[in-house]
Amino acid sequence: MKHTLAVLVENKYGVLARVAGLFSRRGYNIDSLAVGITDDPDISRMSIVVHGDDYVLEQVTKQLNKLVDVIRVTDLDAKDSVERELALIKVTTDTKTRPEIMQIVDVFRARTVDVAAKSMTIEITGNEDKINAIEQLLRPFGIKEMVRTGKIAMTRGIKKS
Amino acid sequence: MKESTEKMTGARALIECLYKENVDTIFGYPGGAVLPLYDEIYKSDLNHILTRHEQSAAHAADGYARATGKTGVCVATSGPGATNLVTGIATAYMDSIPMVAITGQVPTFMIGNDAFQEANITGITLPITKHNYLVQDANDLPRVIKEAFHIASTGRKGPVLIDIPKDVTAQEIYFHYPDKVELRGYKPTYKGNLQQVKKASEYIERSKKPVIYAGGGIINSNASDELKEFAEKINAPVTTTLTGIGSFPDDHPQYIGMLGMHGTKYANYAIQESDLIIAVGARFDDRVTGKIAAFAPNADIIHIDIDPAEISKNIKVSVPIVGDAKWILKSLTKQVSTCDFGPWLQKINQWKKQYPLKYFENEDVIKPQYVIEQINEACDDAIIVTEVGQHQMWASQYFKFKEPRTFITSGGLGTMGYGFPAALGAKIGKPEKVVFDIAGDGSFQMNSQELATAVQHNIPVIIAVINNCYLGMVRQWQELFFEQRYSCTCLEESVDFVKLAEAYGALGLRAEKPDEVRPVIDKALESGRPTVIDFIVEKSENVSPMVPASAAINEILDLER
Ligand SMILES: Cc1ncc(C[n+]2csc(CCOP(=O)(O)OP(=O)(O)O)c2C)c(N)n1
Ligand SMILES: [Mg+2]
Repeated sequence: MKHTLAVLVENKYGVLARVAGLFSRRGYNIDSLAVGITDDPDISRMSIVVHGDDYVLEQVTKQLNKLVDVIRVTDLDAKDSVERELALIKVTTDTKTRPEIMQIVDVFRARTVDVAAKSMTIEITGNEDKINAIEQLLRPFGIKEMVRTGKIAMTRGIKKS
Repeated sequence: MKESTEKMTGARALIECLYKENVDTIFGYPGGAVLPLYDEIYKSDLNHILTRHEQSAAHAADGYARATGKTGVCVATSGPGATNLVTGIATAYMDSIPMVAITGQVPTFMIGNDAFQEANITGITLPITKHNYLVQDANDLPRVIKEAFHIASTGRKGPVLIDIPKDVTAQEIYFHYPDKVELRGYKPTYKGNLQQVKKASEYIERSKKPVIYAGGGIINSNASDELKEFAEKINAPVTTTLTGIGSFPDDHPQYIGMLGMHGTKYANYAIQESDLIIAVGARFDDRVTGKIAAFAPNADIIHIDIDPAEISKNIKVSVPIVGDAKWILKSLTKQVSTCDFGPWLQKINQWKKQYPLKYFENEDVIKPQYVIEQINEACDDAIIVTEVGQHQMWASQYFKFKEPRTFITSGGLGTMGYGFPAALGAKIGKPEKVVFDIAGDGSFQMNSQELATAVQHNIPVIIAVINNCYLGMVRQWQELFFEQRYSCTCLEESVDFVKLAEAYGALGLRAEKPDEVRPVIDKALESGRPTVIDFIVEKSENVSPMVPASAAINEILDLER
């Protein structure tokens, strides 16, 4: 089972090594990890996707909390949070395939960010499934290069009841 | 916030910080990167103990901390000095001992260049410190030191390393020592949840066969009195882990000794038949539980620990209570009703009579257990420090510990070479106490150079070498599980420990027959000097009883001969 953890950390020297080292040392697998600063420049936010059962999740959370530089760990439930990932995909094109690719880009509300003679680069934002889906469709044309940011996520605003 | 109006160097500021933390003794070894610091140590009032190896500086700081409850401090230079500390830091980490390790580092502008004597010690010690720091600006130094001592000595205690580049120690700053730490990511829980305390007391009142399982956390939390009050109120048997020894008096009628691999049979039987384990400051280590799936099969578990990450790590827990053992035991004692587990205690006492710890005495050859008993008789309030091996287990089994902080041993990491330097630290922390290092002939040779330290600083500890000419504990496993193929465990043609002691200017004594044992112990005690006693003991003696690795803890073998 996959979980997305939002980990607030002190924006300090070595903090990424502490977090990454903890995962490798204790044998937990990171599916993806994205780091950036928050509205407070002293605090960074890591979005970490791990897979494991409840036991692993509990241990990961507790061990992360033990790190002095970790301020807070939240397990983001997929239902109550917004998740996004961004990918850049460079696809092989020629004049024949270009319209078909453009159509896919359109349907997915992706964007073309670069066009060259034999390739074009597409930017797509969405949840994991959406990115996987467009990748599947583009693969037959030939993917030259692809990069994904890893998932970032945030809880939704509180709804009135 | 008062700032001094005069400037001072980072090195000087570091000394001021140590004064503020009430540090009077440090253990260390100089070198290039810490020259400015050592210059300030020279001018200071600090008592600096020069060990002969940085590993020993770390172990001595650890022994000092375990004997006194204060935070131990060690210092080493960059590169090899820092890496030599590593085993000592890891040892302290595994047993949650408060320690601050200070290392020199190459100047900030050289870091990352593979400069002379550069080692990335913050990287190396990441998994074996509670936290560590690389100080890049001397203005941060006071805050960092304040935080380091705070982190080392609060919550689940542990070692903190501070790496200080040489130019930072030379940098001039206005000294200001903060009076508070502000660490938003570090807020240990001390008070247990009262709902959970209530739930725990209900479990206790409902149980028929409870066992209290106490670990090193009791000692770290200074909760021995609270443990006793609690145990007496519910009238349940108490077993301790290796590092928990001394947290409950050995002569108490409810005490059932250590549990686990070399625990007493009756402690292990009690656990296996128990319907409620009350674990306090203990972490269900594999040496305690044996085969975990078969551990305490009929029991619910109450787990009291200051570290939330220990809860349900190795074993599923019914009632977790996170917080300080002292606080929780106090409130649990208040909450719970007086209990009477008469039939249960009777059964355990029956086991106690039926399966006592025992060995066969011998009139011609010294039995190692006999040496421990004689030391106990000669000086029953000594601090006993150990190395690692069979002698360590015999010390834990045959010395009757009555007080916390009188048994000092490397439990989690099992570090040979720990005992002697740790004994030096313990003696410095508790000069009024007699301190023995119960040593193996193998282990003692890992740090025997500290005889020079003991003599130079006149630290009169007694090293009782249980000399079986073997790496005995490994030999025991080879005998039992590798068809007596004694691969590389025989230490025959070994050193003459008496001459070794004398070469360093210490007293060397030897006992070869049982009737010589007590006289040499008395002689060592009278001498008031650092002393090595070479006890030539039975070579093939095994530690008994024993639970083979990954067996259930009631599948326990008798191995005495
Ligand atoms: C630094 C280190 N290296 C290796 C070991 C593995 N080991 C555990 S006990 C032991 C034998 C110890 O021999 P000795 O000190 O003579 O004690 P004895 O068991 O004979 O009493 C060894 C090698 C260890 N615990 N620590
Ligand atoms: Mg030996």
